[in-house]
Amino acid sequence: MRNRSKTDPAVQSSPSMSASDSQSVFLSAMRPGERGVVVGLAGGRGLLCRMASLGFTPGAEVTVMQNFGRGPLIARVRGARIALGRGEARKIQVRRRSP
Amino acid sequence: MSPRFFNAVPAVDEALDLPAVTEERMVLVALAGQPNVGKSTVFNLLTGLSQHVGNWPGKTVERKEGTFTLNGTTYRLVDLPGTYSLTANSAEEIVAREFIIRERPDVVVVLVDAAILERSLYLVAELLSLPAPVVVGLNMIDVARQEGMEIEPEVLAAALGVPVVPMIATKNVGVRELSETVDRVASGEIPYTPKPPQIRADHQEVLEEIERLIVGCVPDPYPLDWVALKLLEGDREVTRMMRGCLSDERWEEVHDVLRAHDDALVAVASGRYEWIGRMVRAAVTRPKAGQISLTERLDRWATHPLWGLLILAGILGVVFGLTYTVGWPLMVFLDTYVVGGLADLARAALAGAPAWLSGLVVDGAIGGVGSVLTFMPILLIFFAVMGILEDMGYMARAAYVMDGFMHMMGLHGKSFLPLFLGFGCNVPAVLGTRVIESRRARLLTILLAPLIPCTARMAIVAFIAPAFFGSAATLVSWGLVLLALAVLALSGVLINKLIFRGQRAAFIMELPLYHLPNWRTIGLLVWQRSMEFVRKAGTLILGVSVVVWTLSVLPGGDVEHSYLAAIGRWLEPAGRLMGLDWRLIVALLTSFIAKENSIATLGVLFGAGEGPGLADVLATTFPPSTGLAFLAMQMLFIPCLATVAVIRQETRSWGWTLFNLAFLLLVSWVTGVGVFWLANLVGL
Repeated sequence: MRNRSKTDPAVQSSPSMSASDSQSVFLSAMRPGERGVVVGLAGGRGLLCRMASLGFTPGAEVTVMQNFGRGPLIARVRGARIALGRGEARKIQVRRRSP
Repeated sequence: MSPRFFNAVPAVDEALDLPAVTEERMVLVALAGQPNVGKSTVFNLLTGLSQHVGNWPGKTVERKEGTFTLNGTTYRLVDLPGTYSLTANSAEEIVAREFIIRERPDVVVVLVDAAILERSLYLVAELLSLPAPVVVGLNMIDVARQEGMEIEPEVLAAALGVPVVPMIATKNVGVRELSETVDRVASGEIPYTPKPPQIRADHQEVLEEIERLIVGCVPDPYPLDWVALKLLEGDREVTRMMRGCLSDERWEEVHDVLRAHDDALVAVASGRYEWIGRMVRAAVTRPKAGQISLTERLDRWATHPLWGLLILAGILGVVFGLTYTVGWPLMVFLDTYVVGGLADLARAALAGAPAWLSGLVVDGAIGGVGSVLTFMPILLIFFAVMGILEDMGYMARAAYVMDGFMHMMGLHGKSFLPLFLGFGCNVPAVLGTRVIESRRARLLTILLAPLIPCTARMAIVAFIAPAFFGSAATLVSWGLVLLALAVLALSGVLINKLIFRGQRAAFIMELPLYHLPNWRTIGLLVWQRSMEFVRKAGTLILGVSVVVWTLSVLPGGDVEHSYLAAIGRWLEPAGRLMGLDWRLIVALLTSFIAKENSIATLGVLFGAGEGPGLADVLATTFPPSTGLAFLAMQMLFIPCLATVAVIRQETRSWGWTLFNLAFLLLVSWVTGVGVFWLANLVGL
């Protein structure tokens, strides 16, 4: 994991934060053009704050713009285009929405 | 004195218990906004050339300030750093909120991107909880309209309870109205009745409990409810502050409450977006159409893993082309005619003066001024290019395509461009690290920048290598470049592991919309950056070059018997491990002023001038292994004085600057010795 901060305690916003949740996936697993709603975030306080200020909070609608399966990806959230590393994208849990 | 000053900011100030406003005080206005909302364009339009650029006290964050007058009143406009929120994640966010809380500006103007209204309003939501009247500049309404969005500013104003001014800053539309609104809010003509977001019902009780626990202990001038909210959000700085203010038992109580609600951070943020959602639903009459924008079309290429790299390579090619076809000739011209001419003039004027005075002025002072001056063409090109790429929105794309590669060294994608341009010159590489937001990634990039072999270092290699290695010289030169890059990568991994303990700034950033560059903004940026270099780095360069020149002539008047030579002799045992004698060491030492100096020094010390004969003398005096070690050390040695000066300027720390020098000294010495022994081993 590339962003684990040693000073911040890891906090989870959603108790159901697990990849096995049949309905939800990590943002990193979404294909370009797919839409979804954020249901959970994980990470240290610093990262959570940054994600929230850039628009990622539970309830936010996201559309994946670019995802080549490796490397960083681009998602649109709350009208803005955000680039994020794969590690960061694995901390965002999304429920897919049919297009 | 206009009578309107007597009631400046009346309604609000009374309500907030502000200290009385004195008659003479200029009206203080802060300009806030998220990055890429056109803040610098608005700032430049309002203040023009009255700007003053500096740093926030004790921070590496740039502080811009200027004045404008309207209806006979003078306004002091302070440009706050662009931040997405006001939580203590970065120096910028702390600077912005501390200014608003401590300096109590009469008005805070917050710019909002109409095309990204929802996300932009997040900062507004935070600002409304602070005790300063807010005016919203709804910028880029043209872009929003292009994307099919229709926003009613009056409705937004009514919903927020603060004035909203629609604007197109790039076309100078609405800027006048903005300043007039500021004027009317400052004078109290417009009553200020904000409707700040309330915390979500499920956390209301907790917030009240915290407020009850800390009431009476919150230091002035922090507002109680704001401190409680930030504690709940787990804000680092506020938590530290309150731990210091509360008794241990009371802190334990607060801490227990916070621990039980450690999910509050996301809840508070979500609450703000719910509030924003209500504002947006009221004010936006037509949402964004789903059409594909120009930015999206361009990004299919610019952020593509393959095409994106090719585009970046093309841009870098153009920049280097410019540097070599325009920058270098200008640099040579300045050096030969302007600096050379100045030196000739001084020498002639001081013909009757004692030799030391003429030497001090010509070689010490003019030499120092000259190196500042000759850097200017390259710096101007570099600042302009960085400014254009940043302003157009491309910089974030370059960072995006390079992130994976830079990540291996613990660096950020944004470190790539400054480092790469270091091949031209290390000075702009260090200055260019300003595009990196994370302090840690920025520091690491600065520390590594001197390991990029700049043109001046390559010139020394090109001069000496042929005499030692004949036809293999090109191969040796490439080998040395690869060696330097390998050392850079290794050092990056090492420093990151040992000093930053492997921490890395999260890679999450906005890709702003592309737009045409604003020449006024870029021009001002180039001007300010250049002046800063001349003012700050220039003084240091001048001072140190005089000192080094003095060391090289005292006490005897020539280099051979100078203090500098004595230092070289004293260091000889360390050099002998790779076959260097004191003369080569002195050449390395003088390269501190400017890399090309080492050739001139060798010319003097070997009595062979600076022509090709010198290289041959060196090749007959020393074995190839020593030649190679000398070149390797030259590549990795402490950078030139100008680079050191900007390292100091940008890190704002002598500690880090000296650490960097010591580190480079050690690395270059170890590598030199290693190369020497390896070369001997293979029988060079």
